Amino acid sequence: MSTETSSGTGPDRTEEMTIREAIRLALREELDRDDDVFVMGEDVGAFGGVYEVTGDLVEQFGEERVRDTPISEAGFMGAAVGAAATGTRPVVEIMFSDFIGVCSEQIINQMAKNRYMFGGKTEMPVTVRTTEGGGSGAASQHSGTIHTWFAHFPGVMAVAPATPASAKGLLKSAIRSDDPVIVFENKQIYEQKGEVPLDDDFTIPIGTASVEREGEDVTVVATQRMVGESLELAEELAGQTSVEVVDLRSLYPMDTETLVESVKKTGRLVIADESPLSYGTHAEVATRVMENAFYSLDAPIQRVGVADVHIPFSPALEEEVLPHGSDVEAAINRIV
Amino acid sequence: MVVLDIETEDGQREALRRMLTIRAFDTKAADLFSDGELPGFVHLYVGEEAVGVGACSALESDDYITSTHRGHGHCIAKGLDPDLMMAELFGKANGYCNGKGGSMHIADVDAGMLGANGIVGAGPPLATGAALTSHLKGEDTVALAFFGDGAVAQGQVHEAINLAATWDLPAVFLVENNQYGEATPVEKQHNVQNLSETAEAYNIPGFTVDGMDITAVYEAVKEARKRAADGEGPTFIEAETYRYHGHFEGDQQPYRTEEDVAIWKDRDAIETFKRRLVDAGTITEDEFDEMKAEIDQQIEDAVGKAKDAAYPDPSEAYEDMFNAAVPEISDFSSGMRADGGEDR
Repeated sequence: MSTETSSGTGPDRTEEMTIREAIRLALREELDRDDDVFVMGEDVGAFGGVYEVTGDLVEQFGEERVRDTPISEAGFMGAAVGAAATGTRPVVEIMFSDFIGVCSEQIINQMAKNRYMFGGKTEMPVTVRTTEGGGSGAASQHSGTIHTWFAHFPGVMAVAPATPASAKGLLKSAIRSDDPVIVFENKQIYEQKGEVPLDDDFTIPIGTASVEREGEDVTVVATQRMVGESLELAEELAGQTSVEVVDLRSLYPMDTETLVESVKKTGRLVIADESPLSYGTHAEVATRVMENAFYSLDAPIQRVGVADVHIPFSPALEEEVLPHGSDVEAAINRIV
Repeated sequence: MVVLDIETEDGQREALRRMLTIRAFDTKAADLFSDGELPGFVHLYVGEEAVGVGACSALESDDYITSTHRGHGHCIAKGLDPDLMMAELFGKANGYCNGKGGSMHIADVDAGMLGANGIVGAGPPLATGAALTSHLKGEDTVALAFFGDGAVAQGQVHEAINLAATWDLPAVFLVENNQYGEATPVEKQHNVQNLSETAEAYNIPGFTVDGMDITAVYEAVKEARKRAADGEGPTFIEAETYRYHGHFEGDQQPYRTEEDVAIWKDRDAIETFKRRLVDAGTITEDEFDEMKAEIDQQIEDAVGKAKDAAYPDPSEAYEDMFNAAVPEISDFSSGMRADGGEDR
């Protein structure tokens, strides 16, 4: 590890790296730490993953534990469930979250239900990593943001990192968890950089949000790419409007307390997430805030997301539908 | 418990005992269901006993099986306790799944039973996964998937077999061809004469055996288990069998006649095996009658105990979702029915 780019010493040492590198570091550490952990997915081995996330892991851990699969999501997702029930800790990569449809049976009827249906007599330590998000011109079947489906579905935990540190910390918690966790990685921010703790045991508890910037006038609860764009916006607006930015991080379970505390302070809420708006992640955040901080709200809650369309191909159309910091700014301007 | 090994006389008697237990259990379940005493759906294994018991007798006790919606027979064949199964059918707290699973989801992972399954075709990928665990950990356990002829048409079954074959995993895929996928005859669902022909697509051995003959099933699974354990990959076995009851209890069965059923009942697996054991002097007619009476009484007792057992406390509905504590479940379950309190 290069000391030039590291800062701090001992357990508090950090290093600047991209989200992609932080995920790979988490995988490397967990593969190293626990022989029961293995990685499985399409082209995760020698090819290094279609977004180069698994990278060179196969060289260190071999083809058995960094396992290339056929293009067979139902087969290997189901195999992950069977493997987890019998004593291993699979980390499955579903290349694009849009492909989850073909293996949703194994997720919703097996992975999510077995523990409950069996009266708690089995554990299900499966981690699923998958990519989300538009912005690549990849059109509707490779650009979706679907995390609401699984944040909604009982029996699955869902997290969505926005920073390199949370990418590492959340993934490590997911792999160490005895419950099924889906990690939704926005593919547009893999190159985003930030300081990441190098401690092998650095984890971020699932179910915790993070106040990334404190403010007084309005709370922006954001996820994934929208966290970074909201932080940039908050910086631009500083001196004019004081914006508090909360990274939701964990979609389910959700850290209601942190959201509510923030809104009790600011009295205003904008929710920014790339999901389609109807029945979306926004709705759940809004409901929890209204249930718990209704009398603190000074203005209607605002939602920033995708207007219930698929992600189109043409750059002109794609740019139109994707939410950006400018949309968060417009939302703030409507209520502040 | 007596070891189920039909190469020994004790093991043969145990095999016969388990076949009779399955028949008594499921025949009783049919009566209870028609009397309105059981909630939900039940799918019965009567007629197919030789497949489950023959297969499990070829497995080691720490091998894994996956099952189907028609799973009672697999449970008993694998050695699960009929008392706890019956309690589960009644939704009682002491059932295998504490009343959360019912007939279609009985599981006992510690005993190697990875679950009956309400989704046709969902078991084979799980068996592939259990075989993958064995492979990765260098264990000598094997995973056997029971699935029906209907499941052979499911995409995920193809994927599971392809994975196991490509990776040479210690798995056995055992199709119970009971001639009907729900209400549709097997020949209207598949374009092959024998379902085992599909094995060719995976370059693995495929056999069709007489599923009414426990010895035939045993021999085929024994050979398949050996291949699996030796690292030579999976085998696809089709056992030709028949379910005497409908797809589900209450099924009017317009798709077959009593004569169709009678043809198979003439080849009844229990009767055939019993005759073989009597002829060999392994059991006498009297001993058989005694065994049957004992089992009938055991099932009667299981029903009695299940009826007397307590239902789970309603609060149990909010347990077992996750290993970790999730505040949502406790907050929602307590908050939804709360009164307004002082803040109101």
